[in-house]
Amino acid sequence: MNVQDLYQALKKSQEAKGIYFNKDKDLVFELLEALLLNKNRYGYMACPCRLACNDREKDRDIICPCVYREPDLKEYGACFCGLYVSKALHNNEIESGYVPERRPPEKIF
Amino acid sequence: MTRNNTTLYALSTCSHCKSTKKLLSECNVEFNYIEVDDLEGEERKAILEEIKAMNPRCSFPTIKINDTVIIGFKEKEIKEALGI
Repeated sequence: MNVQDLYQALKKSQEAKGIYFNKDKDLVFELLEALLLNKNRYGYMACPCRLACNDREKDRDIICPCVYREPDLKEYGACFCGLYVSKALHNNEIESGYVPERRPPEKIF
Repeated sequence: MTRNNTTLYALSTCSHCKSTKKLLSECNVEFNYIEVDDLEGEERKAILEEIKAMNPRCSFPTIKINDTVIIGFKEKEIKEALGI
């Protein structure tokens, strides 16, 4: 899958859930390229902003969309890496800010 | 200008790490750059312990400027620590 196809497929499936890509398109494409790179090196699309350990089971929580996306969108309006934003942030109803790491450190190998 | 001892612990794919690297370069800062996802075995383990000692969450980027540790791409804090 190339990056354009990935962009279109995710845009459609995520917007149906009320979740949007970041408006910074350069950032979005940089992150999508990184997801494809991780798919190539690990076999799954691990979050580009987290350290994957090349074990699908151990990294299950950070396979994009990660399990931390939902609480981060709710609390900060964006996910940790910044790929996805909530409808409120998309509509400029809230301001974007720093999103701290939520993943427990014992999951990092 | 005082010489700072700066290390950037990063992931090769991470956007916040790339922004941090760009900022340091634009500020003409000399820095040690470690891409942790490219490390394996004992080397990786040692670096992870080093990061966890400074940043228990072990998130990226972690930036060490002299004795100051900054977690995440926080431009203002990074510049303050660099004295610029």
